[in-house]
This record gives sequence, C-alpha cells and structure tokens, in this order.
Amino acid sequence: MAQLTMAKALNEGLRAAMDRDDKVVLMGEDIGRLGGVFRVTDGLQKDFGEERVFDTPLAESGIVGTAIGLAMRGYRPVCEIQFDGFVFPAYDQIVSQLAKMHARSRGLVKMPVVIRIPFGGGIGAVEHHSESPEAYFAHTPGLKVVACSNPVDAYFMVQQAIASDDPIVFLEPKRRYWEKAEVDTTGTPDPLWGARVVRRGTDLTLIAYGPMVKTCLDAASAAEEDGRDLEVLDLRSLSPLDFPTVFESVRRTRRAVVVHEASSSVGLGAEIAARLSEQLYYEMEAPVLRVTGYNTPYPPSRMEEEFLPDLDRVLHVVDTALRY
Amino acid sequence: MTVPEATPLVQLLTPEGERVHHPDYDVELTDEEYRSFYRDLVLVRRIDVEATALQRQGELGIWAALLGQEAAQVGSGRALRPQDFAFPTYREHGVAWCREVDPLHLLSLFRGVSNGGWDPQDKRFNLYTIVIVSQTLHATGYAMGITKDGAVGDPDTGEAVIAYFGDGASSQGDVNEAFVWASVYNSPIVFFCQNNQWGISTPTATQSRIPLYKRAEGFGFPGVRVDGNDVLASYAVTRAALDSARTGQGPTLIEAFTYRMGAHTTSDDPTRYRLASELEAWKLKDPLERMKSFLYKQQIVDSAFFEKVEADADELAARIRKGCLEMPDPDPVTMFDYVYDEMTPLLAEERAAFATYHAGFAGGGH
Repeated sequence: MAQLTMAKALNEGLRAAMDRDDKVVLMGEDIGRLGGVFRVTDGLQKDFGEERVFDTPLAESGIVGTAIGLAMRGYRPVCEIQFDGFVFPAYDQIVSQLAKMHARSRGLVKMPVVIRIPFGGGIGAVEHHSESPEAYFAHTPGLKVVACSNPVDAYFMVQQAIASDDPIVFLEPKRRYWEKAEVDTTGTPDPLWGARVVRRGTDLTLIAYGPMVKTCLDAASAAEEDGRDLEVLDLRSLSPLDFPTVFESVRRTRRAVVVHEASSSVGLGAEIAARLSEQLYYEMEAPVLRVTGYNTPYPPSRMEEEFLPDLDRVLHVVDTALRY
Repeated sequence: MTVPEATPLVQLLTPEGERVHHPDYDVELTDEEYRSFYRDLVLVRRIDVEATALQRQGELGIWAALLGQEAAQVGSGRALRPQDFAFPTYREHGVAWCREVDPLHLLSLFRGVSNGGWDPQDKRFNLYTIVIVSQTLHATGYAMGITKDGAVGDPDTGEAVIAYFGDGASSQGDVNEAFVWASVYNSPIVFFCQNNQWGISTPTATQSRIPLYKRAEGFGFPGVRVDGNDVLASYAVTRAALDSARTGQGPTLIEAFTYRMGAHTTSDDPTRYRLASELEAWKLKDPLERMKSFLYKQQIVDSAFFEKVEADADELAARIRKGCLEMPDPDPVTMFDYVYDEMTPLLAEERAAFATYHAGFAGGGH
C-alpha cells in the first residue's frame, strides 16, 4: 500500500484505465509534456505516447466537441478542463450535444466521455479559478456527475467513470489535490453511484461531497468535544443522487444539514432538502438546513475564507438544527 | 451585398448547361451517371416540395427547405465513398438521400415523432444537428479518430469526413475551433459550407467581409469556391477534397456558392427582407434546369427519360405522403428510455410513476 496524494491517485487511476483499454485517450490543455497544471497527468504522455495523451489547442468547446467525435469513432476520451471557470465555453457541447446524443440516437450512439474538472475554491486563486459549477451539470438529463473527496475514491472513481458508457462530469476538489492517504490499489471499490457514510453518528447527518467532506469530518470531530455525535455522508455521485443511502442515514439521525461551496439558490442542497421533505416529512425533527457559499460571485481570494463554509459555520448551523 | 462576381468560381456547367473546363477540376462520367445525377436532383427537390406541402397541411411542425441547394448537396453527397462519414446540419436532405437515409426519417424529425431515427453509424451520416455548427467539432473529432486508427493514406480505402454548415454558421466559434483543430492535427476532413446568401434574414455580408473560402488560408489549409448550383463542379471539387483528406493531405474548406430559393424554414417570410428581383436572378441559375439543358445538349436523353424521372418522383412523393400520414405517434413512456446507457433510479422511478398514472385512466389511455 502506498501513501498517495489525490493528484497522484488520479494519475495512477488514469494509468490503470489506459493500461486496461487502449481506446482510452487523454486530451486537454497542457496535459502532455507539462503533465497538467496540477500534474494529474504527469508522465502519462511519456509512457503512452502522443497519440493517446495529447495537448489540444486552447479552446474548451473544441476539446469537448472533438471528444464527442472521437467517441463516435470508438474512443473513450478523458478531457481535462484546466479550471472550473473555463468550462463554460464548452457548455453547449456538454449540455446540448454530449448529454443528448444517446437519447437522440435511441441508444445507437454511445458517449463514453469523461470531463475532468478541478473545482472549488480555497487555494487563493485569481477569479474564475474557484468555481463550483456542479448544479448546472447535475440539472442536465443525460449527464452524470461525480465528485471524489479523497485519494482512495479518486483512484477508483476515475477508472469507474472511464469504464462507464455514459458521459460523466468528474469533479476534483482542487484544494484536496495534495492531501495524502493510503491507497490499496488491489482493494474492491464501492459502486460509483453510491453515497457513503464516512462517519457514523446519531444526532444529525452532515451531507457533503468533494472538498466539503473533510470540512464536515473536522466539524464532526470538533462537535464530539461538545458531546454531539454527528454523522457525515459523502454523496460521491451528484447525478444520480443515491437517495436510499441519504434516507437511511437521516431516518436514523432525524436531522440533516447539507454543506457545499456552491451558492445555495437552486443548488444540490435545495434538491436534497426537497427530496427529504417528500420522503421523511413525519420522521424529521428539524427542517433541512444548508451551509453554502453565499449567493454572490466568487469573491477575490482575500475574502474567500469568509465565502466558503468552514468548520465554524458548519457548527453554527448544526447548533440551529439541533435546537428544533 | 454579396461578394463581387470577380471572385474565382469553379464551374463545369454554365447556367445555360454548357460544359466548360477548369484546369484543376474535371469529371468524366458515363451517360448513365449524368442521367442519374439529374434524377437525384429531381427526386430531392420533390421530397422537399412534398415536405413543404405536408407542413402547410399541418402534418409537419416545421420544414427547412433545401430548394435551390440541390446541386451542392447531391454533388457533394455523391462524392462521398461508402467509408466516408458525413455530419449534416438540419437542411441536408439531399445528402441524406445520397446516404440512402429514408426521407421518412427526415420527416419524422420535423413531425415531432423522433430525433431522426436512422442509425448514424450504419448510414455513416450523423443525426441532424440543430444548434448551428456544433457538428463541425464532432466531425473533426471523428476525423482525428480516423488518423489515430491509421485509416488514412490509402487512396482507395482511406477514410474521410465531411462537415456541412452554412454562411451564417461561419461566424460561430465552434467552426473556427474546428478549423484550428483540423489544421494542427492535419485531420482528414472537408468543411463544406453552403453559402446560400442568407442566414434567415441576415445576408452573408453581415457574417464576413471576405469571401468565406478565403478564411481557410488563415487557418493553414486550402479553400475553394465552387458554383453550388452546378452539380458536376460540386461533385468534382468535393471528390478532390475528400481524396486529398483520405490520402493524408489534411483539410479543405469548400464554399459552395448557392442560393436559398425558399424561406429559411416554413416559419419564415423572406419577402420581409429580400427583393423578389434577387430570387428571379437566381432562378436563371437553377441547378436542375442547367443539368437538364446539359443532358439535352449531350443528346443522351429523350422524352421517355424525363417522363420516367417524373413518374419516379411522383411515386416517391406519394410514398412520403402516405408514410407521413400513417406515421404513428411514439408511445410517450419511451421518452424515459435511452436517456442513459445505464438507467438511473430516478428515471426508473419516474417511468414507473408515469406508467401507473396513465394506467389509472379508463382503458389505460387518456
């Protein structure tokens, strides 16, 4: 077993996927010789060659649009979008073309395309480098959206996403790229579409994904000192959402707080709150509350610590939920 | 308003049907082939006329007519080899005909019954793309895949791609990105731009200050303007460009200079933005009339031939009309199918709820 950063775990996962299937190709800006701005593809062009790991011109719509054509030709393209804020030039290709091709062709044209996007804030970056665009994609029929939160999931989930015949937006929490964990590459992965309880508790369920899972685990540890036993649930898949696991958890704890960096309005938290109210209306002790980024553009980085949910903000809302 | 007449134009057939020669492009076809080109022009126009009538009678939601663009489409479509792959817009009914896509599939799209319904891989003709020019990137990616497969180089078995778009589409970012991609990867692709002079109500002059074919030079590959109302020239130029692509010479931009003789779609009213005199001038360059004149001048047809073509067209139109009127509406529950390769629990739940809801009505219907 090796200690791997999330970036390295993704790298190893991509390598394993490319070893397994020679139709897997990696494409994106600066992913070849440079290895990507976060080094996730480091060394892969050297080992697999320029036909399978290639730098593209600097145009995101072109990256996704040509990936669609490559998929029609039988390839399994893995696109890297350099930063979350740069995905929007590809929005038509993702939402109107990639997501709909399977349905439009009544299943005759498959779209095994993965779009990797480093997402979220917390790294002191300049504007357009800290966005959380997941709701745009999770709202789109035909797309699937997943977010890894730790190196082990990163290693396996990227391989599972590549093996899927559905188009997948694969979100990587960029501020967790350098966090390490033991990764047993011989282990058996959990299903890609399943949420996971990462900390058992009895008083309330914190529901998070991507970068906020660690924040919630830290909050749960801090709450423990105050005698509060919080459960933490890592959604892992944002589309489809694994509601059976969410319901099972909240049925036990009877309280839920959803935590994400993205703005609250019409976001993942809203969808989860709606579903919980439909399913567990008589069983919950408190309304579903949310801890999210504010409904502002992502602020200049000297303000981002105030914008992003942190341990204190999570605990503050937990207190509110527990007062019901 | 339009580009000056002095711009070089590849032409093998004058509007009067005179066969002329060009130093770079030529065709030598058998008499039978010449006749079959004409037959295709007539049949695709007949499909178009019948579909327009069906729309007017309320049988189609909308129809995008190809009227006037038959030669550009039949010429380029017949230049494709079986192994080539075409990526159309929503007006490529003539190319669809050449790829042996049943016209009823096209009607099913505009009737609202399906999104096309043909197998794109089998026909090597992608589904129509409605969002202007998105398909040029798909075509380029497909062409990149051909190169990766090593299926380029051989003049007989090499594969090539053709991407269709129009003068209005030339302003979109995606086609310019496709030009960049195809150029730097030297992809086996032909960009076939039908400049029909109008993007709905917007003239080409609002899209470009230079002739569109000249844009290719800036991207690093050849561009050529062909008389898009001349089926022989459209065929010759496209065939040469496809052969260049399949043998590894990279992309070509073809600007087929033509005219949209009808409305943008059946929802459009061109009398609001263009002069009748312009249409009258283009009618003198009608692609069918010049081919007809050529066949007469070659003395390779007789009245029996034209009668037979007309009879074939009548038969085709009748089949289309009957097929359209008899086309069943899809079972609504099928909207849930094929959204994903692996269906999600949410969709399975919605599908079941939908079925239960409808089963609750008397007789299971509503």
